[in-house]
Amino acid sequence: MNRGVFRFISVGSTVSWIVLFVVIPYLFVVLFSTVSYEGLISGVIDLSLDGFREICSSVFLEVCISSFSLALGATVLTLLVAYPYAYILTRLPEAVKRVMLLLMIIPFWTSSLVRTYALIILLKANGIVNSVLLYAGLIDEPLSMLYTQWSVFAGLVYTLLPFMVLPIYSSLQKLDWRLVEAARDLGATPFSVFARVVLPLTMPGLIAGSTMVFLPALGLFYIPDLLGGARSMLIGNYIKNQFLVAGNWSAGSAASVVLTLLMCLCIYGYFLSARKARTESMGGMP
Amino acid sequence: MSRVFRWVYLGLIYAFLYVPIAVLVVYSFNSSKYSTNWQGFTLKWYGQLVSDSPLREAFVNSLVIAFASSVCATILGTLAAFAFYRYRFVGRKVLYTFIYIVMMSPDIVMGISLLMFFVTLGLATGALTLLIAHITFCLPFVVVTVYSRISGLDRSIIDVAKDLGANEMQVFRHVVMPLLMPAIIAGWLLSFTLSLDDVVVSFFTTGPSFDILPLRIYSMVRLGIKPEINALSTVMFALSLVTVTVAHLVTKEKT
Repeated sequence: MNRGVFRFISVGSTVSWIVLFVVIPYLFVVLFSTVSYEGLISGVIDLSLDGFREICSSVFLEVCISSFSLALGATVLTLLVAYPYAYILTRLPEAVKRVMLLLMIIPFWTSSLVRTYALIILLKANGIVNSVLLYAGLIDEPLSMLYTQWSVFAGLVYTLLPFMVLPIYSSLQKLDWRLVEAARDLGATPFSVFARVVLPLTMPGLIAGSTMVFLPALGLFYIPDLLGGARSMLIGNYIKNQFLVAGNWSAGSAASVVLTLLMCLCIYGYFLSARKARTESMGGMP
Repeated sequence: MSRVFRWVYLGLIYAFLYVPIAVLVVYSFNSSKYSTNWQGFTLKWYGQLVSDSPLREAFVNSLVIAFASSVCATILGTLAAFAFYRYRFVGRKVLYTFIYIVMMSPDIVMGISLLMFFVTLGLATGALTLLIAHITFCLPFVVVTVYSRISGLDRSIIDVAKDLGANEMQVFRHVVMPLLMPAIIAGWLLSFTLSLDDVVVSFFTTGPSFDILPLRIYSMVRLGIKPEINALSTVMFALSLVTVTVAHLVTKEKT
């Protein structure tokens, strides 16, 4: 086979797969968000912004706010758990480090649905956490932990933790510890060593991890569904319901378009702040 | 930070990661149906799994889709990585950026766009649509995994092969592919587990005629907790453990 033919096959297969199953389907979403739903049923394509008008309602705004606060809360919690963990890990001997990282990644390879289910068993009213607490005499009656905001947070942190740990860990690995020693020698308190040396230098990892937790947290509809008992509607559930329950494709598409735009904004913000953090960590050099 | 505090913190993190799974595994052997107390060892829940034919069917379906989609995604993705490395073509950078975007974009957007695409084409959702969807979301992971290894290759190796009279296909088949094997296997295993675990994309792209395991578990869990699910989850956990171990051994041996 000559170069031209092989080149045609390898480039062509990739391009056509991406165009056919990513670009065109996405154009459909954009198209459906701009045609009227009533027209669609009767088979006429007529341009309207009904879909967007529909999602400008207070319902969708509420859904957006609750999704964002949930995803943001999950990101902050994951960060608070992951940063000390990654920090401790980098100070361990090389062999121990490798085993610890492997142990962190193994659960991540199992189905997140199975792990969510495991949390339900643990947290339910007659579950093991309540049994232990009752037995220890710390509480008098079972706590209701399942179907609360906290159980949803626990589920999201449980599922997304490695996405935060790995980028932070790799930026801590690259950290020049002589800088930390220099700061200590110059009389910095442990707090200011952390806040003014370690934290700014690991900012790129922190931002990468936060983006990788925040974005999936917006779309994982089954975790709030199973652990939160469907008490709060999230963007994911809203889109799902518009398509499968209400049958309103225009509103569903419009919501998907909004979600994608927000997501692109997040990724763009990540690139900007990562670049800024990089230049700053090099002492203001471009 | 004191030594004791460090180990306590690490211990808590690993407890958080492993206690739920351990409890699940232990409960799958508990003969009591409702109570959380231990009432003796049993294998009856596993027996019920085997005799539950819709569940068995969903399990087989999941394995078939995971195998087929990971193989297709690996072939396509390896070719794509080779194309990105070897050829300059219009839109090369755009396409590579696009692959990253596909990887980062929320599953739900991909699921919905594919659902609308299939419905508009008049394709009934089922095995074929599910296969296409799974190949699509696995593809970027294979491309990125393989490309990260191929970009470290010495280009002169290819020149040598060309000088010795190899054609393009032979260069790919006999020179580049063997060097990339660890990355190709890693990409394939990653695709296999991604496909086996996916809930969100599958939720939109399969129909009632073709049930798969994650969706079956999802609907079972929504209806309540049953000991059979404990047994099923234990089986799935063991399955992924075996996959990770194999992946670890294979990639370690070849490098």
